Amino acid sequence: MSKIDIRVGGLGGQGVILCASIIGKAAAIHDNKHATLIQSFGPEARGSACSAQVMIDDHPIGYPYVKSLDVLVVMSRDAYKQFVTQLKPGGILLYEEELVTPGAMPPGVSAYAIPATRFAEQLGRRLVLNIVMVGFFAGVTGLLSEQAVEKAVLSSVPKGTEDLNLRAYRKGFEYGREQVESRRLESAANGQTQQSFAI
Amino acid sequence: MSTEQAVLDGLEIDNPVMPYLRKDRIPHIWCPGCGIGTTVNCFARALGESGLDLDKVAVVSGIGCTGRVAGYMNLDSFHTTHGRPIPFATGLKLANPELKVVVYSGDGDLFAIGGNHFFHAARRNMDLMVVCINNHTYGMTGGQLAPTTPMGATQTTMPYGNFEQPFNLPFIADACGAVYVARWTVYHVKQITRAMKEGLSKRGFAFIEIISPCPTLYSRRNRLGDGVDMVKYYKEKSVIKNGANTKEVDLSFQGEITVGKFVDRERTTWLDGMNDHFSKVFGSKFKKYGVHHVED
Amino acid sequence: MKADPSGVLVGTHFIDGDHAACEGALAAGCRFVAGYPITPSTEVVERFAARIPLVGGVFIQLEDEIASSIAIQGAVWGGKKVMTVTSGPGLSLMMEHIGLAAITECPCVFVDVQRGGPSTGLPTLPAQADMMQVKWGSHGDYEPIALSPNSPQECFDLMIKAFNLAEMYRVPVFFMMDEVVGHMTERVVIPPADQIEVVERRWTAKKPAEYRPYETNGNMVPDMVKAGDGYRIHITGLTHDERGYPSMTPATQDKLVRRLLNKIRLNADKLLDVREEHTEDADVTVISFGITSRVATAAVDDARAQGLKVGHARLVITWPFPAARIAALAERTKVFLVPELNMGQMVQEVERAVAGRAKVVSIPHAGGTVHEPETILAKIMEAAR
Ligand SMILES: Cc1ncc(C[n+]2csc(CCOP(=O)(O)OP(=O)(O)O)c2C)c(N)n1
Ligand code: SF4
Ligand SMILES: [Mg+2]
Repeated sequence: MSKIDIRVGGLGGQGVILCASIIGKAAAIHDNKHATLIQSFGPEARGSACSAQVMIDDHPIGYPYVKSLDVLVVMSRDAYKQFVTQLKPGGILLYEEELVTPGAMPPGVSAYAIPATRFAEQLGRRLVLNIVMVGFFAGVTGLLSEQAVEKAVLSSVPKGTEDLNLRAYRKGFEYGREQVESRRLESAANGQTQQSFAI
Repeated sequence: MSTEQAVLDGLEIDNPVMPYLRKDRIPHIWCPGCGIGTTVNCFARALGESGLDLDKVAVVSGIGCTGRVAGYMNLDSFHTTHGRPIPFATGLKLANPELKVVVYSGDGDLFAIGGNHFFHAARRNMDLMVVCINNHTYGMTGGQLAPTTPMGATQTTMPYGNFEQPFNLPFIADACGAVYVARWTVYHVKQITRAMKEGLSKRGFAFIEIISPCPTLYSRRNRLGDGVDMVKYYKEKSVIKNGANTKEVDLSFQGEITVGKFVDRERTTWLDGMNDHFSKVFGSKFKKYGVHHVED
Repeated sequence: MKADPSGVLVGTHFIDGDHAACEGALAAGCRFVAGYPITPSTEVVERFAARIPLVGGVFIQLEDEIASSIAIQGAVWGGKKVMTVTSGPGLSLMMEHIGLAAITECPCVFVDVQRGGPSTGLPTLPAQADMMQVKWGSHGDYEPIALSPNSPQECFDLMIKAFNLAEMYRVPVFFMMDEVVGHMTERVVIPPADQIEVVERRWTAKKPAEYRPYETNGNMVPDMVKAGDGYRIHITGLTHDERGYPSMTPATQDKLVRRLLNKIRLNADKLLDVREEHTEDADVTVISFGITSRVATAAVDDARAQGLKVGHARLVITWPFPAARIAALAERTKVFLVPELNMGQMVQEVERAVAGRAKVVSIPHAGGTVHEPETILAKIMEAAR
């Protein structure tokens, strides 16, 4: 696998850092890959904006910043606007559909939407939005093993909330899988080969 | 010999306080008529009367004429940096809570450069006895303005007389939360000894201010005579008011000196507070720090 | 000695460098920390404050860095292994006490998570611009030890080494992190306590009547005691003799200061930790430390892939400077490139070591982010031409 650059962006209180951290942890601890997480500090972290970058690689990671993104996960309009231009052509955009309305994007970007807030509310707590997004990330990208992410979720959330968070994770994961599957069928029907994100 | 001269004759070989001093470091550096030695005599006596195991008493000084006290005491003794004996003592005490830690330093050291540390250690009720020798000046560096120099007194850096308001040290100590606050002059050797004894047995932040002559710099520059003349002044102008309101014990140039034990109260020390609090938070998982535990 | 298990959080963690540094200190046996909050170092003390109650020890947030840097020294004489943690502005306030630790030979660890300066500068962004401050910042002559980790894992591993070196040499040891290393999160593996070697304080075997605090017994580093054990020591920041008593003569000064310097200078070979790659055949050698070494590795790998004979020497122990090793490399290498997140500090040491035998090129950076690998690569290409 070559290096995958990911950014997660949103608002303070949405659990953006935890979302990124679970992705990194799943890779670094449970999938035996190398992962580096960097949160934004400083001027770009002022106000309520919040973002984190995660790099995943089979090899040790040197330069610690992401430059162009393979995957962008956004939970706010501002984060979308700030980071969408960093997406590589052919990259993946994952967004919370009630909070983000995507506009122009780099060529070949595949965008996937999820009503994560609504799902979280249906599960009983709006707070688990970020875990739904973790699941969605895992489901759409297939970058991490399902088990690895589950373990990372379980060891990252407060005691007593494991069940709820696991349900949130699975909800996002399945929704992601379904979308990828339906697109695959769609493009097969149209005679196109689906972009594969095989790593 | 006058009582005043007798007060200032301290630190002689064969003196009963000798066992408390490092014989191999005498003679000391203090000027004739300086009051610091007198207070050291009192300290030695207080140590003797306290019944403390002297292997478990440590003394910490900053820098200054008073700062040299640590070097003469036959105790574990630390001569640190200017203004910082209190944080050093804080670390020492917290690392080994079975020690009784005494800070012995000058007015400039404790209240100018080190003022911030004094305020906070008193606020925290760190278990230390702090002795401040207030000679109203910076002795070691040659008689500059101190935060305790009375209005009107002349100092090398206030050559036309001091126009700055000095600190009222007992009031500061009281306001910051010290559990024991006393002020005496070197004329009051018995009372100093008693205060030090009380301070040594007090749990918490105890503060003792001792007004002391610096004949070489402060008295000479202000034409106040020698050490004996200063002790005479202390004798004549001191008024004992135990329990006095510390707000009202300001000093003025050659004016009345209110002395006495002003504050004696109980308050949880920093370390006791930490142990109590963590015991509540963590229950039996927490082992009290600095307390001998019986293996179970 | 093996580490005390009570401080060792065995397992595989996904934590940042600040947290890993704290775990390293706990594993090394650090049981007293005094500190004052400052970005980007605060997480180290926050974690210590959270962890220490159940490990058994003390954390105290003091009124400033001046107090913190001397409270830890009081705690050393109370028998503890200690650390304080800060960043540039706080480090500047600590300088007088670096000298106190040097002259009293007080083993202690100063963690500096470097940020951009001067002054408040870039509080939340990286730099490596305190390298000379720790070497020269306190007055008088002294030889500190400094280590430069480049990952959270190294924040753990090298922190243990920092504590061990502090005990072995009785000097202030600086742990030179930077904002990126402090705030980046990676996998950190903490082994069981029985796999962690810690150096305990070397207590004297002598009885109080025979003991002199600064007698060296043929070893350049004297044995220690602590307050409360009946030795009735006197410790002073004044120039002192073997008894620890003030002795302000040029002769005592000469003897003391020479020993303080020589215990490091004459052990420079034992204090050598340079990690080299491809230096055996290198025409161009990159010398780097801390976070910059990761960027340099990326650039060197690229250049190697293009067939260039480039090597990389990464300084893990930055002070004492490995002058002899760099001088040896200068026998073969024609150009040294020195990228660092400052405007040219350690490059001066490289120049001194190389002494004209090869070209030395500084690749400075004012801080706020790290070098681009392309910048270093371009310099490599230029040098290789
Ligand atoms: C950082 C620092 N600043 C200044 C000095 C110089 N200095 C030494 S002692 C002293 C003042 C001492 O006055 P005080 O504490 O009242 O002690 P005294 O000599 O009067 O007993 C000063 C300013 C120093 N040693 N260190
Ligand atoms: S200068 Fe003053 S305070 Fe210092 S020793 Fe002489 S008399 Fe005492
Ligand atoms: Mg004074």
